[in-house]
This record gives sequence, structure tokens and C-alpha cells, in this order.
Amino acid sequence: MAVEIAIISGKGGTGKTTIAAAFTAISHNLVTADCDVDAPDLHILLQPETKKTAEFQSSKVALINPETCTECGLCEEKCRFEAIHPPRVNAISCEGCGVCAYICPEKAIEMKPRTSGFLYESMTRFGPMSHAKLLPGEGNSGKLVTEVRRQAQELARSNDQDITLIDGSPGIGCPVIATVSGIKLGVIVTEPTLSGIHDMERVMTLLERFRVHTMVLVNKCDLNSENTQRIEQICAKNGVEFLGKIPFDSIMTESMVAAKTLPEFDPNHMITHSLKSMWDKITEFVSSE
Amino acid sequence: MIIAVASGKGGTGKTTVAVNMALSIGDANLLDCDVEEPNAHTLLHPESLNTESVTVPMPMIDTDRCTLCAMCADFCEFNAIFIGKKPLVYPEICHSCGGCFLVCPEGAIEEVAREVGKLHRTNRDSVHLVYGELHVGEPIAIPVIKAVKNEIDRKKINILDAPPGTACPVIETMQDSDFVVLVTEPTPFGFHDLSMTVDVIQELDIPHGVVLNRVGVGNDEVKEFCNAKGIPILLEIPFDRKIAELYSNGVPFVQEMPDWRERFQQLFEVIKELSQNGR
Repeated sequence: MAVEIAIISGKGGTGKTTIAAAFTAISHNLVTADCDVDAPDLHILLQPETKKTAEFQSSKVALINPETCTECGLCEEKCRFEAIHPPRVNAISCEGCGVCAYICPEKAIEMKPRTSGFLYESMTRFGPMSHAKLLPGEGNSGKLVTEVRRQAQELARSNDQDITLIDGSPGIGCPVIATVSGIKLGVIVTEPTLSGIHDMERVMTLLERFRVHTMVLVNKCDLNSENTQRIEQICAKNGVEFLGKIPFDSIMTESMVAAKTLPEFDPNHMITHSLKSMWDKITEFVSSE
Repeated sequence: MIIAVASGKGGTGKTTVAVNMALSIGDANLLDCDVEEPNAHTLLHPESLNTESVTVPMPMIDTDRCTLCAMCADFCEFNAIFIGKKPLVYPEICHSCGGCFLVCPEGAIEEVAREVGKLHRTNRDSVHLVYGELHVGEPIAIPVIKAVKNEIDRKKINILDAPPGTACPVIETMQDSDFVVLVTEPTPFGFHDLSMTVDVIQELDIPHGVVLNRVGVGNDEVKEFCNAKGIPILLEIPFDRKIAELYSNGVPFVQEMPDWRERFQQLFEVIKELSQNGR
């Protein structure tokens, strides 16, 4: 089994994807998995060529037969998600629990499988990639994340790779829990803002609860050096390894606009070098275990 | 009136726009629906909170009555009940649909309240702030978002700070809004996630416009997209180190750069007009 490493953040927009892409370019020997199935962006930098697409079906949606429905309203009364207003169903709110179909005295409701997204198996210029797209408004992001991870592990096996690098999603809910459960290492990318610190602490607690080894990377560290120091102190207090910090630099956006990873865009840039030494620390940790 | 502030991509400045707009127009309800990572309070620094528990119903199985028939486990679409030598409930993955309770032939299932998060209310300057906080380790945010949205006061101006993405928590937040403000940045990631969110909003048929943040970095893709789609750009906030530094210290920038107050007031006026015209 390949070792799974996830880049997460709690707060959005701290630089997860840019950094995951940079690590991918530095390593050259891993499978990349984009588990931000809700708003995936990694493909913009890695430009994968998709080899296989699979429909992702994991839940159901209620369908009312208007011919037999008497609009008695029992389903509306029992639905906990305010999703059914006979003879109409609000597919966005429907969780597919099946209560309406069960209680309908006319048997006018059927639970139909629904497509919640797509799973892609791809190849990038750096190696295999597993990714997906959840359809808007869908609620099964956790299950789709699990599929992306499972496919990535298969790709690692068939391509003889030791590491799966996961780009996670913001937040601490369903998709993040599915991303971090059972992984070897969680790298939290944060920024030295009060909200960045607040969100980092919550996601740190989550990783601790799932017994995942944690490292912290501060992006845009020079934006507020006092807060950066505070982050270092929080790490020390919680026994979390401080992986390193990188300053704000417009080169990050410039490389994104060029649809390149930073190490490709500027192999000799100072930030490229610090990311390389951080990646060394990461691989040292995962191989020492 | 309900204005949702959303973005697709995280970290584009939703909370900055929501908080600064609320402070500028005065007497507004600010409802932070990003219950996984609420941030509005890190800019408003409330002194005292009125806190309530957010609970969901969860099955409790009476093992004396349970015959291990497993009808509940078979019915549960979420695999939240397992019947082995005794019944086992997995609270975190239970969606609280109540199906197990309905199907149990022995009347052995009772529903009990389980806390999944907190709801906080506070007042700061002229803003009434409500924010939800999902407990760490809980996967399902919707009940906490619903609790926050219950605090909407139709007689007032309600500004909803949405979570990032386009999945169910975001749709839950945006549904029933009179207007959606899409905050984005002029980068390829910002553009990609904006176009995804626009598709959703057009499907929901809610009037919307864009606030472009960090203008000066990146490229022109977002502007070209908005022009082509006829989406109004309501406000541009330049990339300004001072704004970023104020944010990092938890200071809403209208407090230190007062001429922006007027711009946010104008933004609100435009939103009012556009939402009345149905765009």
C-alpha cells in the first residue's frame, strides 16, 4: 500500500492546491489525488489527460408517479428534509433516505439511483492522477472522496508508486473527514491571519482525533510575522511539527496564470528551494515509519 | 431581504465582503453559514455570546425489545445501523431521516436529541451576528446551517456568508436568497470556480453579480467571462497589502479606510435595485 499524504487547510484559499502541485512536480514519483471533489482546481495546473471516466452513483432520489399520487401529503409530513411537495420533489434537498416511498399508501413513489458526479482516472506529465467532479448541490462528497482515494491507491499499486499525494478540500466536514481517515500524514497549509489560525486549530483537532501525524506550513508568512510566530507556538504546544514557511510572492499567481507548477515555472526560485527541502522532510518522515 | 455571499473557491474574500458590507450599511443581520470554519467573528470580536445547542434526532434502540430482525439496518440508506449480536448505531453517519423508527415492527426505536454544533448570537456595532459552529468530527453541516438560517428576519437586511464550493451546504445557504454576491479573484482558480458557481445560480434562477477582489494580480479571464455572460461586476477591491494586513489582524478594512464605507453602501444600493428588477 502506498503511503497517503493529504494537504488540507481548514480555511480556503491558503494555497493547498498550488503547494500540492509543486510537491507533485518535485517528487516525480507519486500518484496525485484531487479530493476537493466539490471545487477541484489541481487539474488546471497538472492538465491531466483523462483515460477513464466513471459515473458516480451512490444515492437515490425520490420520484413520484403523478398518475397514482393522490397528493395526500403524508410524504411531505414525514420528510425531514423538506424535499417533497407532492407531486413535486426538490432533488437538491432530497437525501434519498426512502422514508417517503415507505410510507406512501399508494406506492406512488419510487427511489431512483442518481448520478452525483464523475470519477476520472488520468495521466499527467508527472504521473498518474485520480480525480473527480461532484455535481452541483450533491451531498455525497465523502463517498466520492473515498472513491478517489481508492482509485489512487490502485493506480499506485499498478504503477509501482510509494506515495499518494492528496489535495484536500477546505472545511472540516464530510469530504475532509473522508480525506483524512486512515492517512499517514496531514500537512496543514495555513496563513498568518486570525481566521487562518482559527481554522487551522479546528482542523488540527480533527487530525488529532483521527490520530493522523500532522505538519504545518505557513503560506504568505511575511503578511503578519507576529501571527506566524503564534502559529509556531501553537504547533510547539500541541506537539505538531512545524514544516516551514514561505513568504508572499506574486510568482505563485504568475505560475498559476501560466498553468505551470512553481518548480517548472522557476526552478531556481527561493520558494522552489524551500518547498524542496520541505518535501525532503515529508518523505523522510513517511519512509522512517 | 436576503443577500448570500458565495464564491466557489475558498479564500477569495467572502467574509471580508460580508462583514464590511454589514458594517457599512448598519442595522443588518450577518449570518455566518460557513459552520465548518466560521470566520466572521474573527473580524468582529464579539464580547459576549448568547449560545444555543444545535441538535439532531438520533435513534436509540431498546435492546430488550429489539429482536435483531435488522429491518432498520436494511432500510437505512446511510448504513448508520448495524445489527450483529446486538444493535449498533453510528451517530455521525445518521442523517436523522427517521426511517428506522418508522420501520421497526417492535417499537424498539426511540429518537433522542444529539448535539452536533452550537449556534451563537451577538451584537457588534450595528451588526447582529449569528454564527454556527459544527463540532469537530461531525461530517454533516446542514442541520447547523439550517439553525443559522432560522434566525433570518425578513423585515431586516440579512447577509449570509456561505461556505466555499458548490455542494449541498452551499446550495442550502443560497436557496431562498433574493440576491447572490459572488466574490472571486482574477486568477485561473478563481475563474474556474466562479464559472462553476454561476452555472448553479443560473439553475436556481437567483439574481447575482460579482465582486472582484485582489484586482491587480492574475489575468483578465474573470472580467471577460462576466462581460460575455452579462454578469455585472458590482465592485472591485484592489490587491492592497494594507487591506491584507488589516484582515490578518482581524480588522474589517472599512474601519481604517472609511472611504470604503461609501463604496459598500453603493454596492448595497445596486444589489437592492438588481434584486428588485429580478436582475
